[in-house]
Amino acid sequence: MTDTLQIDPIEALKDKEPSKPPRSQWRDVWDQFRKHKGALFGGGFLLFITLFVIIGPYIWTLDAQKLDIRNKDMRPIYTWLWDGSAKIAWNRPLGTDNLGRDMLANMIKGGRTSLAVGWAAMVLALFLGTLIGVLSGYFKRLDGILMRFTDLVLSLPLLPLLLVAVTLFRQPLRAAFGPEEGMFILIVGVIGITSWMQTARIVRGEVLALKEREFILAARSIGTTPGKIITRHLLPNIMSPIMVSATLGLATAIITESALSFLGVGFPSDFPTWGKMLADSVPRMTEYPERVLLPGIAISLTVLSVNYLGDGLRDALDPRVRGR
Amino acid sequence: MKFRTLMLGAAASFAMAPMAMAERGADGNVNIIYWQAPSTLNPYLSSGTKDIEAASLVIEPLGRYDQNGALVPYLASEIPTVENGGVAADLKSITWKLKSGLLWSDGSPVTSADLKFTADYCMHPEGGCAQLAKFEGVEGVEVVDDLTVTVTFSEPKPNPYGPFMGGQSPILQAAQFAECLGARAPECTEANFGPIGTGPFTVTDFRPNDVIQMEANQNFRDASKPAFATLTFKGGGDAVGAGRAVLETGEFDYAWNLQLAPDVIAKMAEGGKGKTIAAFGSLVERLEMNMTNPSPDLPEGERSTAKHPHPFMTDLAVRKALSMAIDRDLLVEVGYGQAGRPTCNLVPAPALYASDNTDCLTQDIAGANAMLDDAGWVDSDGDGVREKDGIKLSILFQTSTNAVRQDFQALIKDSWAQIGVETELRNIDGSVYFGGDPGSPDTFQKFYADVEMYANNFDGTDPESYLAQRTCDKHPGPDTQWQGENINRFCDPAYDALVAELGKTGELEKRGEIAKKLNDMLTKESYSILPLVDRGRVSAHANSLGGVVLNTWDSELWNVADWYRIK
Repeated sequence: MTDTLQIDPIEALKDKEPSKPPRSQWRDVWDQFRKHKGALFGGGFLLFITLFVIIGPYIWTLDAQKLDIRNKDMRPIYTWLWDGSAKIAWNRPLGTDNLGRDMLANMIKGGRTSLAVGWAAMVLALFLGTLIGVLSGYFKRLDGILMRFTDLVLSLPLLPLLLVAVTLFRQPLRAAFGPEEGMFILIVGVIGITSWMQTARIVRGEVLALKEREFILAARSIGTTPGKIITRHLLPNIMSPIMVSATLGLATAIITESALSFLGVGFPSDFPTWGKMLADSVPRMTEYPERVLLPGIAISLTVLSVNYLGDGLRDALDPRVRGR
Repeated sequence: MKFRTLMLGAAASFAMAPMAMAERGADGNVNIIYWQAPSTLNPYLSSGTKDIEAASLVIEPLGRYDQNGALVPYLASEIPTVENGGVAADLKSITWKLKSGLLWSDGSPVTSADLKFTADYCMHPEGGCAQLAKFEGVEGVEVVDDLTVTVTFSEPKPNPYGPFMGGQSPILQAAQFAECLGARAPECTEANFGPIGTGPFTVTDFRPNDVIQMEANQNFRDASKPAFATLTFKGGGDAVGAGRAVLETGEFDYAWNLQLAPDVIAKMAEGGKGKTIAAFGSLVERLEMNMTNPSPDLPEGERSTAKHPHPFMTDLAVRKALSMAIDRDLLVEVGYGQAGRPTCNLVPAPALYASDNTDCLTQDIAGANAMLDDAGWVDSDGDGVREKDGIKLSILFQTSTNAVRQDFQALIKDSWAQIGVETELRNIDGSVYFGGDPGSPDTFQKFYADVEMYANNFDGTDPESYLAQRTCDKHPGPDTQWQGENINRFCDPAYDALVAELGKTGELEKRGEIAKKLNDMLTKESYSILPLVDRGRVSAHANSLGGVVLNTWDSELWNVADWYRIK
């Protein structure tokens, strides 16, 4: 009986039944992302602040620009904890400024502008950066011109450029879109146009490395057009560096807008943004610290949370890091 | 007799003792901060106060006004009057005599040729002189001898102290500016940035819109002055920073014009490093109504010129309604406290010239609304903004960047919203706004807005040249490099005629009457200027800085030669 070790040949060829349902890529991403506590917190806070500024005005319906001179200089209600004689009121939970404008309404309205500028400028910078990076990485003929152009733009100092742009383009944009929208377009445009370079460089580097890999060669050998190669094979693979520069870009844009408002060249003086609220409150900083702290903390936390989010996303989106 | 002379000598030597001990340059360095940075040191090319006052350290007029508004000779040996024969009996000429032995800081003598040159420089037909109003009615300047000039006027001039008097009309050195006449004036950068002068200090380094380094003028006429060897004049920043630098941290010795909310100043003064000084003068914070069309659709060079009248500001009812809607008491309470009073007058002082016009002091929203309704301005499309014949009452309102001014803007916008006028606010950095650069679209002279706010005053006690700023021929425009004092392009032949009459009237009572009438024509009759607040000037100096006398009638730095360090 030599065939005791008999193996059923059919068995070996049989497919194994999957023991558990297949995991999607996005589930892996989420599992990895969840491990990063900072990113989780950052994402949560960003979601909260975005909802705060979008839904906020429908819940807190006070007009941010409404003056109420009799109720000026009110303190936030928490001041009552240590100072029983402070001027507080429940209908002004964060107090009012020196002209009686409600701080909470201002925080909401100001956050709307700051975040909108941040997102829009980031998307613009990302689009430009990716486009230029991919073009110069993939097409050798464009590389020289585009990268020298990138160097040129990199060497421009941002703030002076912004000041000049504001002087030159304010009038025509104001005439075309109105004072606030015109200024919005101008600020978003200028920030976007001057902050795509880092993205472009990173993307170019990644594309240069990727396009020599075998799967690109394979794709090319079966006649895939450059456009398809870029969209099907290159872009998904460079998603993670793009994501990271996106988050960094959002943070930079918010800070630049604040700096501009702080310098008094951004939006009209009665149009609240976090940066402007901060600037307006500096003279009375010692007496009413909350007027500086609230917008200041909002800017810092938003920027911080976006940075953490970017960090977590990079880890989660990169299949080589995932699972470690 | 002998004994008496001896006693007098002794007394004099006693009196002189502290002076003799004082020595030029003994007190080291003094730091001055102006939160608007000077962009030139030639007052004839800029009407900005910061430029005029910075220049007053270096170049001097023949005479200045002191803190009471009295005339004090500086380069002149005495103030000419009718009594001492310096002013002709028919009031058509004035003869100035220089002190003998005066030297420019480069060592050359000051002569009457320099005086004549200064007048020619400002009155050059091609040049845009920012101080032309000071030379109103001047027919000619004749050199009598090396130290004497006679200024002749085309009409009898009861107040002949226009040319060469006060911080706005200092003497330039002919040798230095000889090549800079007329349209070439702005091109002489070196001369404009470092004029050779007779003042207590000379420029060693000038950085436009930033900092000026100066040192004591070795040829200054008083050998014991100035007490400081060097002077640093820092420009720029904001009023808060300037106030803190003097009152809280003590980094600077003198801060000019702390235009801050009263609670903020009080808080700073608790720092204990310095003290605030205040004085009322003729400084009035006002709104100027642009009578010309600032629309960006017009070609450059025609915007805000008399060629295109304003679409709605030319309607008296609109201007009056805008004035009625403003609550001036509230503005004072928010912005100035003790350092301001509500006013309806462009000339708030001295009493002789101040009109009794108080009709604007009470806010009247209902009245303003009714007036606009009657004038046909109604909100027909329900958007909250009144319109007539397709023109909306939508105003662009600009001013300089300053916390108090931005608060004012917000309050005024709120008031105007209540009468159906839409307002867009704009604020411009003070150094640019008041900079007078003809290339910038944002200067207050160009006035590319419908309404603008700023403060101005006149030096001396006589408002004649101040009121003469509003005649038709003084519109800023491209042909004068946008210089000119008639900021809002007001033009009324009757007003011009009355200004000419004021120039001919010698009797004080009568002059007062005419000046009041002129003031009323600009304010309560035409509402082309809406005065808001009669502002006291608040400045601050360090506790260790002595000799400061705040002067609202001339440059604040008028007696800088007398400043010293308290030891």
